[in-house]
Amino acid sequence: MIQIENVTKVFKPGAENEVTALNNVSFTIENGDIFGIIGMSGAGKSTLLRCLSMLEKPTSGRILQDGVDLASLRGKALLKAHRKTGVVFQGYNLLMQKTVRQNIAFPLKLAHAPKEQVAARTDELLQLVGLQDKADVYPAQLSGGQRQRVAIARALATSPEVLLCDEPTSALDSLTTKQMLALLQDINTKLGVTIVIITHEINVVRAICNKVAVIDAAKFAESGRTDEIFDSPKSSITRLLLGTEGGQKHA
Amino acid sequence: MLETILGLKDVLIEGTIDTLYMVTVSTLFAYLIGLPLGVLLFTTARGGIHENTTVNRVLGWVVNIGRSIPFIILIVALIPFTRLVIGKAIGATAAIVPLVIGSAPFVARLVEQSLEEVDPGVVEAAKCMGADRFHIIVHVLLGESVPSLIRGFSITAITLIGYSAMAGAVGAGGLGDIAIRYGYHRYQTDVMLFTLVLMIAIVCIIQFIFGFAANRIDKKNRA
Repeated sequence: MIQIENVTKVFKPGAENEVTALNNVSFTIENGDIFGIIGMSGAGKSTLLRCLSMLEKPTSGRILQDGVDLASLRGKALLKAHRKTGVVFQGYNLLMQKTVRQNIAFPLKLAHAPKEQVAARTDELLQLVGLQDKADVYPAQLSGGQRQRVAIARALATSPEVLLCDEPTSALDSLTTKQMLALLQDINTKLGVTIVIITHEINVVRAICNKVAVIDAAKFAESGRTDEIFDSPKSSITRLLLGTEGGQKHA
Repeated sequence: MLETILGLKDVLIEGTIDTLYMVTVSTLFAYLIGLPLGVLLFTTARGGIHENTTVNRVLGWVVNIGRSIPFIILIVALIPFTRLVIGKAIGATAAIVPLVIGSAPFVARLVEQSLEEVDPGVVEAAKCMGADRFHIIVHVLLGESVPSLIRGFSITAITLIGYSAMAGAVGAGGLGDIAIRYGYHRYQTDVMLFTLVLMIAIVCIIQFIFGFAANRIDKKNRA
């Protein structure tokens, strides 16, 4: 369970160009959820993801994962916590000088897993994302959708409890998007991994998220079960997002 | 002309060997100092994985000062130090000391620049996978910039050929020394031209080998 409690993130506090990216945001993500975090561009979604993935610390408030304050973690405990949360980045962020197999094996090597275990786990993940035949090629030779699959396999390597996805479909065409969402759904059901999806696309949320939180201009708007929120939206931003369905596609 | 060159065969061979010796050894030592320095310059910079503005500023100054000193002055200024390290201040081995000290700051900047080409997103991804700083430096920063580092290595080696010729002027031997002694002091233009051709050949060979290796290793632009 991830509890986001009164999280505020201010960049360059006190400076003239101070930016409040998140303003007192609170909601809870339960284990096993496919949780959508939706909002317009610049709403603060990505900042929230960066806080969830421990790349940034909230200026105030806290994020508890299974009761542990993420911002309090240091050293070995922090490295361990990182391995419990997989992150799939918008730009994939693969190692370009390493093969698909080496990319997927990388987190396992960092965790000092024995060689046979690394090989076995890598094969398993290649199969899960359907890239067995691409194991020994380099990312530059792959399509966007295939790179995304490598990124997902890599994020799952250390068997994390949570998978954070930053705009996992915004760069993909509609067919590839469908396949990607099916894969994420599959991962959630088969492996029981909690999935958090940051997106600006209402279709993505509607397709696979059982719960959703709506963020608007750094503030929390509403959250709850996707069907309930979309059937009777309480905030104007949700209505706006629903109204512009299939509209602009800006990240 | 051919006769003069053939008559100087032994001198030219010795000069070539001296040049190759000076360039190879000093390039390696320059990287021994410059590579860690470059990594430190990059990682201590603002937003780096080891952010430390004081260390970064001091290092930056040291490197800039090192790079500003004209090489010929550095050779002379370092004579006492060279004597201390090598035991003498003349000869190819003695020339390696100023060559290394003169080029290490240059190497540091080249390395820093190579690391700057690495996508910062990949560094963040590595952090999220539980990589500590050492892993990030070895596997991500250095690992991802190997082709660029190789290209920098050939730039350094070629620059050091020019530097070693200057060192020749103060008795280090090598092809530069021959060009000055025979070509400049004795007006033997043919000898000077021939040594020049040899140096050009060495530069081309280095450029070719390392350029080929870098392109071969680079997987980033392979479609």
